[in-house]
Formats: sequence, structure tokens, C-alpha cells
Amino acid sequence: MKRHELIVIGAGPAGLSAAIEAAKAGIDVVVFDENARPGGQLFKQIHKFFGSKEHHAKERGFRIGEDLLKEAEEVGVRVELNSTVMGIYENKEVTVRNGDEVDHYKADKILIATGAAENMIPFKGWDTPGVIGAGAAQALMNLQGVQPGSKILMVGSGNVGLVVSLQLLQAGCEVVAVIDAAPRVGGYGVHAAKVARTGVPFYLSHTIVEAKGGDRVKSAVIAEVDNHFQPIPGTEKELDVDTICIAVGLSPMSQLASNATCDMALMPKKGGNVAILNEYGETSIPGIYCAGDVAGIEEASSAMIQGRRVADHVALSLGYLTHDEFEQKYDNATAALNQLRQGMFSPANKGRTDLTVTDEGYPLSMSLLKKGYMTEAELKAFPAAQNSAPGIHPVIECTQNIPCNPCQDACKFDCIKVGADIVKLPEINTESKCTGCGMCVASCSGQAIFLINEDYEPGYATVSLPYEFLPLPKKGDKGKALGRDGSPVCDAEIVSVRSAPAMDKTQILTMKIPLEYVHAARFYKA
Amino acid sequence: MRIQEHPILSEYDKGREVHFTLDGEDMSGYEGESIAAALHANGVMIHRYTQKKHKPRGIFCAIGRCTDCVMIVNGEPNVRTCITPLEEGMTVETQYGASTKADWEAKQK
Repeated sequence: MKRHELIVIGAGPAGLSAAIEAAKAGIDVVVFDENARPGGQLFKQIHKFFGSKEHHAKERGFRIGEDLLKEAEEVGVRVELNSTVMGIYENKEVTVRNGDEVDHYKADKILIATGAAENMIPFKGWDTPGVIGAGAAQALMNLQGVQPGSKILMVGSGNVGLVVSLQLLQAGCEVVAVIDAAPRVGGYGVHAAKVARTGVPFYLSHTIVEAKGGDRVKSAVIAEVDNHFQPIPGTEKELDVDTICIAVGLSPMSQLASNATCDMALMPKKGGNVAILNEYGETSIPGIYCAGDVAGIEEASSAMIQGRRVADHVALSLGYLTHDEFEQKYDNATAALNQLRQGMFSPANKGRTDLTVTDEGYPLSMSLLKKGYMTEAELKAFPAAQNSAPGIHPVIECTQNIPCNPCQDACKFDCIKVGADIVKLPEINTESKCTGCGMCVASCSGQAIFLINEDYEPGYATVSLPYEFLPLPKKGDKGKALGRDGSPVCDAEIVSVRSAPAMDKTQILTMKIPLEYVHAARFYKA
Repeated sequence: MRIQEHPILSEYDKGREVHFTLDGEDMSGYEGESIAAALHANGVMIHRYTQKKHKPRGIFCAIGRCTDCVMIVNGEPNVRTCITPLEEGMTVETQYGASTKADWEAKQK
């Protein structure tokens, strides 16, 4: 039997962060992960994260994963791969299977950071090849470089469904529709808007009824649902798709906590059955902790903080940190975590459909919640979206309280202000002079910032927008400007295409359009 | 279909091109990618047929969790193809229940 001070189960964002923090404190730590590669699901995430700088905002998930692995190596964290923890027994004994061998370990402390598994919904033909989890689509296209399919139906409009829809478009697939049985888009409005402006239709209050095709998906039947989520006969639509992607939420993989006899509870706001934790992330069994999605479904950003905070508590109880040192670290981590747990998408607000105004008192866009895009009329309530000035200037179509502030740091001319409370909507300081550098456009993880110039040429304006697709348009290209709903609004000519290393692959397209469409045109199609 | 160019990911970490067989048919893929990804790129959707109802199954979770994608690899059944790296010369067979097609058909008689 091998002994360690701390055994971490799972080398995802929570587990790796905990192991790094523990190793830095001098703790003898080992991480077990059943996969062949460390990093959990981070390497599938190619979008820019939300939050503030300390939460790695505006960094793409896989780059955060690379940084974590590098840091783990630097501080000498041992990660045992292909190692499945089979059970946690009395006195913190752990059995680990690697191939045909089973090893026996004992720890002073254990952190369960096993993450979450995707949910499934039953429907006729759900087991047809071509019905896949959203995570599977990400694994195929972002890790393996293979398109999951060519014509895809996305079932689920939470952040996973929206982010994966965009990634499918980036991988060159067609997303035929995004559907959700709920009456409102579940994920961030800005994520939905990115997908909607490319022309993908949203069907809310719709469910999937059948996957047709037998040996492989050849079409999908969807139908509108009533208030009890039952399909309404006669509303069926058959969509021509070869792949059905299921993104209907995640459930904590808390079996090891249950197996260790920790007190458990079914908590819908945490996504399912979870161990009951104290303020330090410790279960009912002293010395056994949970962090990350296994403790309640959130984002990778919060998982990393939770992991570090558990490591600090372990360090305190093993004598590697003084009480004062721990208190300071704990308070900092908790403050960072609380920042991420604010706003209309906070865990406390999960499932709420009664919110009608922002924290600032502006009416929420119902079109955004129903169709994935805002109407021009609704945007009139948001001052930053109505910003008007001579020459080039930003307009910010950020209309929901989401904890995020990279736009504020991106502008070197103090043009954009979010303030200390990062869940507030950004404001534009009209005194400051915009130079049109585009850093705010590229740094907005929600791709909700556009630069407009109503004085470009007599009768013509320009709109600069973030663009992350191929083929990349070239200067001089002529095409159509699309509205927020993805429908063509006018002719457009590309007058510049810019990028910079700091923009991390986000291109800034500037298109010239007739002046009267400056508030309508938000995307470009060749 | 393989993604040739991607706006965010500059290049995929691909190994050398290798050859393998599916039910005796020659196919190619890249060393180290998952067997499932190589099959998907070759247009293969069916990995196995279920034991009782003989229904086709393919990739579902692609992270080694659901076991829907198991196949017979180098003679060994129940190999999770989504997390098993492809190697030169592998023999991959569609799985029927927990056996090869020949064994399964023999049992039906």
C-alpha cells in the first residue's frame, strides 16, 4: 500500500488546480485520472472564457488547459493517467485500476474532482448512430479534427448547446436549428446572438420527437411543446439532418462520494445528487472534499478556484499553512468565486424564467430569450448599444448581467467602464476618444461589441465586427451584410480585415454599408 | 469528414498515416487519433449491434463513458474505440452482442 498526504481524483480544472496549489504548499500529492490525457474537458473548449482577468477571462479554454499543465509540471505534480479510482473505503483507502492491475493507496486527505457527465433525453430513435452528446461533437471536431456530421440539429440552448453550435459552424458544419423545450434560451444571450446572426434558427418550446433513419440519422422530427413539455400534435416539423447533438445539461459524477458514504442530497440547482459540503468544500467525512462540477455544475473558471481553495484547507489542516495565511487565501478565493456567482445566470437563479429587467432596470430582450437575437427596438433601452459619436466609436450589445469585464481592460483610452462589480453592464465614456483599435471587439468573449463609423463616406458607414470563421474574407470582397437574425439587410464591401496576436485568432472585419443600415448590419456573408 | 483548416485551431496534432482494417476492409487514419475518429472520417457510423434487439450503435459520448462505441480490436471485444489510439495494422471488427459476426451468426442457428 502506497501512502500520500493528498490524493486528487480527476485531472480536470478543479483537480489540477488543487494539486498545483497543494504541491506549492509542500504537500505530497498525487492525481489519478482515468483518461489518457490530463486536462479534463478544457482542451475541447476553444471559445474565450468569461469573468475577469483573475478568472482567465478572454482566454480560450484549451490555452488555460495548456497553462495548467505547464504549471503542474513546474511544481512537480504527479499525474497518474489511465488510472481509474474504483472506490474509496474506510480510513481513506483508495483502490486504483491501471490496465489489468489494481493498486492500493492510503491518503490523509482526498479530493474528489471527477466532474460531470452529460444528460440524455429519451425519444424515438435516440439510439440511432448519429445521435451524439454535445461533448462528443467537441471531442471529434476540436480534438480529433473530424466533423461530427454535415447537417446538425442542436437539442438544448444552454451555454453548452450554444457554444458547441458556434464551434460546429467554425468546423464547417451546418447547424440546421437550435431547439429547446424550455420557453427561454438557457445560456448567455451573447452566445445565442453569435449563432443567430449567422442565420441559425432557434425553436424554443420545441422538443425532439424522433430520430429517423434506422442505421444512421437521416432526419429529425421536432414539435412544439405545451406548458407541461408535452408535444402538441400537428406541430411536427421534419428537419433534414444527419446528426443530432444532445446538450441537455450535465449531472455531477458523484458516485465516489456516495461510495465513500458521504452524506448526499439531491439538489436540482447543483444539477443532481451531490455530497453535502461545508464552506471549505469538505464532505460529511472529515478529510474528504469535493470541488468542481462534481460539487455542483458550474464553469471551469469556478472549478479552478474551488480546487485551489480545497488545497489551501488541506494545507491548513496538515500544518503547511498558518491560520492567518489560510484566512487570507480563503477570503481571496471566496471573493473571486462570489464574483462568478452573480447575475441572472448564477447558480441561485438557475431555472428562473421570471426575470424581466437587468440590475440596471433595463427591460430584458424577450426576442433574445425566444429567438436568440435582439430587435433594434429592444436595444434602444441600452445606452451602450445606442452610443453615438462623430467618427469611429463602439456600440456594446451586452444586455444581460453576466460576470465579465475584459472590455474594460481592453480599452487603453478608458472608453469602456464596467466597474468593480463585474456583473454590471458596460458603460461607454463618451468623453474618451475611440481610436478604432478593435481591442474591445476582440476581447469580448460574447462578441457583443461592434465599432461603427457613421461618417465613413457621404451616405456610407462602416461596421467592424468580430469574425472567427473560414474562409476569411479579403479587403475588397463584396457580399451581404446580415442582421442580428442572420437575414440579409444590404450589400456590403469589406474594407479591412485585421488581427493581432493579442486578439488570439479573432479577426476584425470592417464592412462598408449604406448609412441607413448601420444599426441593423451585424454580420457578413460572402 | 476531416477538417482541413480551422479558424481557431491552427493545426491538429496528427501522427503519421497508418493503415488498419474494418471487417477486413482496408482503411487509413492517423496514428494516435482515436479509432472512432478514424472510422468517422471514413464514414463509418455503426460500431456494433446490441445483443438482444440487434440494434445498431455508434459514437455517443466520445469520452469513454457510455460504451456505445465498443468494437472488437485485435481480437479483443468491448474495446472503447473513442479513447483507444489507432495503431498501424490494427484489425477492427463490428461487434455483434459481445462477439464477432461469425460467432453471433453461429449462435443464431
